[in-house]
Amino acid sequence: MDFTLDDEQLALRDAVRGLLKGYDPSVDAERRRSVTAEDPGYDEQVWARLAEMGALGLPFAEQDGGMGAGPVEVAVVAEEIGRVLAPEPYVASVVLAGGLVAAAGSDDQRAELLGALSSGELLLTCARVDPALGDAGTVAEPVIQGARADKIVWQVGHELFVSDRPEGVEGYHTPDGGRAARLVFDRSRATPLGDGGDASETIALARARAQVAACHEALGAMDTALRMTTSYLTTRKQFGVTLNHFQALNFRAADCYTSLELTRSMVTWATMVAAEHDDPTAVVEAAARAKLQTARAARHVGQEAIQLHGGIGMTAEYAVGHYTARLTALNHWLGAADEQLTRLSGGLTDHGVLDPLS
Amino acid sequence: MRLRLTDEEEAFRQEMRTFFTTKVPQEIRDAVAVGRHVGKDGIVTTQRILNEAGLAVPNWPLEWGGRDWTPLQRHIWHEELQLACVPPPLAFNANMIGPVIANFGSQEMKERFLPPTANLDIWWCQGFSEPDAGSDLASLKTRAVRDGDDWVVNGQKTWTTLGQHADWIFCLVRTDPEAERKQKGISMLLFPMDSPGVTLRPIQLVDGSFEVNEVFFEDVRVPHDLLVGEENAGWSYAKFLLGNERVGVAPVGATKRALATLKDHAANVGALDSALTAARFVELENELLALELTALRVVAHSADGKPHPASSVLKLKGSELQQAVSELAVDVAGELSLASGSPSAPEWATVTTPTYLNLRKASIYGGSNEIQRQIIAGTILGL
Repeated sequence: MDFTLDDEQLALRDAVRGLLKGYDPSVDAERRRSVTAEDPGYDEQVWARLAEMGALGLPFAEQDGGMGAGPVEVAVVAEEIGRVLAPEPYVASVVLAGGLVAAAGSDDQRAELLGALSSGELLLTCARVDPALGDAGTVAEPVIQGARADKIVWQVGHELFVSDRPEGVEGYHTPDGGRAARLVFDRSRATPLGDGGDASETIALARARAQVAACHEALGAMDTALRMTTSYLTTRKQFGVTLNHFQALNFRAADCYTSLELTRSMVTWATMVAAEHDDPTAVVEAAARAKLQTARAARHVGQEAIQLHGGIGMTAEYAVGHYTARLTALNHWLGAADEQLTRLSGGLTDHGVLDPLS
Repeated sequence: MRLRLTDEEEAFRQEMRTFFTTKVPQEIRDAVAVGRHVGKDGIVTTQRILNEAGLAVPNWPLEWGGRDWTPLQRHIWHEELQLACVPPPLAFNANMIGPVIANFGSQEMKERFLPPTANLDIWWCQGFSEPDAGSDLASLKTRAVRDGDDWVVNGQKTWTTLGQHADWIFCLVRTDPEAERKQKGISMLLFPMDSPGVTLRPIQLVDGSFEVNEVFFEDVRVPHDLLVGEENAGWSYAKFLLGNERVGVAPVGATKRALATLKDHAANVGALDSALTAARFVELENELLALELTALRVVAHSADGKPHPASSVLKLKGSELQQAVSELAVDVAGELSLASGSPSAPEWATVTTPTYLNLRKASIYGGSNEIQRQIIAGTILGL
């Protein structure tokens, strides 16, 4: 039982932190706003530098052009991205879309797509459609970076395909400053990933890993949101004293800390489950638990961060509201709290007490 | 990062599980399982069984019966004990005065008190709170004045838990009322509860139980060698004791077990068919999991036996979840929760309201949850 990062992982964390420093609101309050104002909504140069560093290839096997690392290293990167709200679509492109290709793609597909994804030449994203919906069953929306991605990994019910980005896709802004698009699936222009057919288990596992990574992104964001809030409480003066003279405010910050630390434990645990378990069921359940806990905490911390700042927290000029917007988006991406509750309710009587160490 | 237990740790867990489920009398564990009071005899019997096997005071120094365990082993011991419905070693002995004497007492005091304290031959009670010194404990007024070789104690303590069973009390007293800071003039004395001048008055609680007492001192004479450590240094011993209390006070295992038992009852009466009720169980299981994992993080990173600052999170959330499970129990029992006096209604349902009411205390004792928030805000967040 060990919740700490080893030296190599710490070095990775520091390197990513250094690379993304420009987005840190305490370093440059305007950078993220200006980057997200222009298409594609992230900085292609930062993406290229993440590729140079090896961050984009972390979860993929070396023979596929990746680094052969695992969920812990992915978590480290995701958390740093969340900490400064870097708008680069790491979890969507690398962890989710790349994860699906890594798990289901043929040798050729993996070599072609993952090598280029890792080197930053090719942006992948994942689009999900539900054929059971009839005519509406070809539409995927919102697809993260759907207007910028070069290749689309399609999840069509239980099957997986890959295609070029359809022509004429118009992107739009998401509430957290990101980009998404509406994509229509055309089977005649898509190729099955690998042998095709039912890929339910592969999809569930890749999605679970992406959920856990997204939780780490939220964790990083909550950590900064709370830090900004406590710093504000100790500097902002009203009634002649700094705000931390008011116990009602301090107690609310203390409750945010409690939410954050409980979530850190849960999300770190889910990462260890993902790193150590080959059994998709265990990983899917751990991811659902982490997602539920993160959703509760992110809403709590996000709301309080604005409230404890007061009016300034409402402005687009000040970063804390961006954190709340991003946390809200993360909460509803890859399955919101209610979906996790429903899933976990289904397994409620499968166990007596929960045993996190098994 | 590593999640799975090593083979040795897994073997240790099995050893604990086997011991607790086979060596502690079934009727005692059944009483704990259903939420009934086990009484003095059950607690004494259990602690002596544990002590004989070296499992009563593992956190004490080795020479006084402690074990050279890793923090994770200690955690496993504590979890398995609670999951097996074993009444834990009496906190006043094992977690409070024992470690204080072991750390700050004279050699003579250690030899005299530690063995019977571990074996519960002496039942200790805590003389800390006073009518005007609750969360603001350092403002306590009970006075001890030196008279020859004795201290003469006058004053009053309150909320003395299970004082009706106690043989001895560890008592914070004011020995220097002139001290610059109120924390500086406090000492810790040990004396028998049957000393002349000690009177105990039970306080009935809102659930009808008798757990706590007022204790009055009128010219109680205490020999000087029963002063713990240094004169006027009692506050630092008290802080040490309360820090240990915070870590042990989050009964994660017991709350998990209570929730699992409740889940069985809920399934039997069909309550889980309601998606709303099922969702409440899921939420609580998840929050308890997060708490347990946080406890594991805290034990793994507590340096030099000092409690991790995040131990306040454990106390705060641990008590809230303990209360939340008791709340859900009343709701699952529904109208049967009114039948607390019924000889025929299912026992699990009849104890739900008294338990719910009784557990309101959990967010008050051990440093109220507001005090914990104050610690988090001040010590951790720098507010």
